[in-house]
Amino acid sequence: MILWFTLIQIAVASAAGLFCVIVGLMGRRPSDFTVGALALVELLLIVQVVIAIIAPFAGNPPTGDLLEFWVYLVSAVLVPIGGVTWALLERSRWSTVILGLLGFAVAIMLWRMEVIWTIQVV
Amino acid sequence: MSTTETRTRMTGIGRVLVIVYAVMALAATGRSFVQIVRKFDEAPLAYSLSAVAAVVYIVATLALVFARRRGWYTVAWAAIVFELIGVLVVGVLSLAIPELFQHDSVWSVFGRGYLFIPLVLPLFGIWWLRTHRPSAAPAVQSSQKATA
Repeated sequence: MILWFTLIQIAVASAAGLFCVIVGLMGRRPSDFTVGALALVELLLIVQVVIAIIAPFAGNPPTGDLLEFWVYLVSAVLVPIGGVTWALLERSRWSTVILGLLGFAVAIMLWRMEVIWTIQVV
Repeated sequence: MSTTETRTRMTGIGRVLVIVYAVMALAATGRSFVQIVRKFDEAPLAYSLSAVAAVVYIVATLALVFARRRGWYTVAWAAIVFELIGVLVVGVLSLAIPELFQHDSVWSVFGRGYLFIPLVLPLFGIWWLRTHRPSAAPAVQSSQKATA
């Protein structure tokens, strides 16, 4: 994990979460903006996967449990996919709210991953 | 796309409930898997509990999806009540006898590690089950509300 990149991801995921929850509660169905926000979160997560693979070889190994880290990361990658799939199948305001909640979930997972990588000691 | 079909559909808030349960199921399963693989012997009680909690969340999620049917509705009740009892009992025990719970589980300290979602979620689930009993005929619920 690279701290500044993690912080950017958390900011983007939280902003996407907040945006989607508010827009959803206002009654809007999933749109290019709300789905796009989650797609951006997903894109950053894919970059995160690449970073996580390379980092240990570049002198940035995790201090914490690698298995736990990867379970979090794989789960996080699956979350926007599940959410967007749901949103496209079920185009209601609640799907938008769900996209938002999933954005927050990803933000929390990213924070946990950062802790596992840099603070937790196995 | 403003109206929903006449087949039975879950109202909007029910879908949110299912998703939150699904995320908890994912979190609990992931955590439990890692704990058991890594260090089961360190705290077998706590980690077995994590596994049980994960299973309960998975069952609850599935049961809520199919809760229109009587059988699944009952399963949903059972899972959610079990979950509520679990989080309360484990919450109390983890505070009263912390030696038994040196390693966190999903329900430790009433789900503090998960923003107390494990504590609130079953209450939400019970409310939803009480207000969405399966009826004999498929009902066209107030879907207009959900798609407004």
